Amino acid sequence: MSDITAEQVRHLAGLARIDLSEAEIASMTLELGQIVEAVASVSSVATADVPITSHPIPLVNVYREDVVADVLDTAQVLTQAPEHDGSRFKVSAILGEEQ
Amino acid sequence: MTDLIRHTAAELATALASGATSSVEVTQAHLDRIAAVDGAVHAFLHVNPEVSLAAAKASDARRKAGTILNALDGVPLAIKDVLVTTDMPSTSGSLILEGWMSPYDATVVTKIREAGLVPLGKTNMDEFAMGSSTEHSAYGPTHNPWDLDRIPGGSGGGSAAAVAAFEAPFALGSDTGGSIRQPAHVTGTVGVKPTYGGVSRYGAIALASSLDQIGPVSRTVLDSALLHDIIGGHDRHDSTSLKDEWPSMAEAVRNANVKGLRIGVVSELDGEGFQPGVLARFHEALALLEANGAEVVEVSLPSLQYAVAAYYLILPAEASSNLAKYDSVRFGMRVNPVGGGTVEQVMSATREAGFGAEVKRRIILGTYALSAGYYDAYYGSAQKVRTLVQRDFAAAFANVDVLASPTAPTTAWKLGEKLDDPMAMWRGDIATIPANLAGIPGMSLPVGLAEEDGLPVGIQFLAPARADHRLYNVGGALESLLEEKWGHTLISQAPVLMEGAR
Repeated sequence: MSDITAEQVRHLAGLARIDLSEAEIASMTLELGQIVEAVASVSSVATADVPITSHPIPLVNVYREDVVADVLDTAQVLTQAPEHDGSRFKVSAILGEEQ
Repeated sequence: MTDLIRHTAAELATALASGATSSVEVTQAHLDRIAAVDGAVHAFLHVNPEVSLAAAKASDARRKAGTILNALDGVPLAIKDVLVTTDMPSTSGSLILEGWMSPYDATVVTKIREAGLVPLGKTNMDEFAMGSSTEHSAYGPTHNPWDLDRIPGGSGGGSAAAVAAFEAPFALGSDTGGSIRQPAHVTGTVGVKPTYGGVSRYGAIALASSLDQIGPVSRTVLDSALLHDIIGGHDRHDSTSLKDEWPSMAEAVRNANVKGLRIGVVSELDGEGFQPGVLARFHEALALLEANGAEVVEVSLPSLQYAVAAYYLILPAEASSNLAKYDSVRFGMRVNPVGGGTVEQVMSATREAGFGAEVKRRIILGTYALSAGYYDAYYGSAQKVRTLVQRDFAAAFANVDVLASPTAPTTAWKLGEKLDDPMAMWRGDIATIPANLAGIPGMSLPVGLAEEDGLPVGIQFLAPARADHRLYNVGGALESLLEEKWGHTLISQAPVLMEGAR
């Protein structure tokens, strides 16, 4: 079940937006293989008749009054931005040359 | 008053009320202690004496005017760096949040401020609470005050060590799979993971949202109860927060009585894989409870054998999603690749530089467990195991009031010993993880030192969801019985730390 390849780890790192080095990909491929093997036991008891639990104490319909409460203003939100122009976050190009 | 740092929070409250000391005096004593021993312990990531002393001064003024906010007004405490604070940086032990100042306070921080408590500083932790040793902190490990070459537990090793080293009377922690209880076990202190939803998670930097819970860390059961009473209760900012009215945990400690209490010993957590000295202290504690009127029976929770595996699928899955917010755009670190790049390349370079090895490992594992084609086999199955664990607990609690086990299989290991084997470290969480999967409350309190290494051992009690007070009842009773038997507290036996060894 757990034939994790370096190619797969590279793909997962891309999805997770982490620029892993080749050395990290190599060690993570090994580790991930071992980990996946170790955790695979869960599928042996997870039979079709067992319902899933996504939340330890189920709550339904958690509503609040639809009124403006204690929210942060733009200036507060921007204080910790790596770069901003006073009203917006600044980032580099969204599209690469090939797009 | 002499030796202010040796007093419990409850004792300090009494001393403040009688005028025997002031909040400024108490706060300064703890700041001095931090300055003297934290070079060796490294429990704190940030201290801000100016802010702490200003809060202490305000408390003294309130006391003089007869307008104290709470019985504990003026007592200082430490705060795990996972909780956001407006007057001190909040990093969650990660480089990606180095120096980050939150524009708002976590709800529990607001509550302790509203009660007049004085924040001493932010405590060290494994990066984003991923770990059992604090060795995964980006800012270097914390050392166990009982033996500086050993781990203080994790992820909340900083809060536990601060309390054990008398740098703070009590502290706030967070527990996703044992991060409050296991550090308590290895440092001879007390820690409580409340019922899921019993304490607000708003402003707690999220690791795995369906498992995370905030709770108290202290040297005595009563101090944890007093802090629990302050931080508990509903919060509209946290949609998983319970609307229950909670009984006073402090009252449960003060009226502690185990006569007729039914205690179930979890057979899967008693025997193979557990250090002999840990089991010996555990069974002595049970015998003491039995001699004082409790009834001890054996209970089996067969699904526990799958709990660690399920946990290490659910946690990485939720973490990979929660940690997507560190994207270099709105806050935190930004690393520009050489020669520039698109926003996506900046993001990837930032996350490569800002996250440590354990965090990357779990994000990748979580991404894998959530990907199409694997989701049902891994994440889906793990969620089913969660149901099975909950059913086991429900069946057990139909016959007993609380469950008991050693808090962890071993005492504190040497720093570095398990760093190269992530799975070995994960297996050590076997006793604490089930409570998080089921959402039930758990407590660890010290029951002595293991014979083979002279290091602290903790007992864990678990109670049904919403029955946190039962933990304080049995914990409070056991603590008194043990101290009566020993003639002293366990923490008073900790080695004296050299002051000024920075």
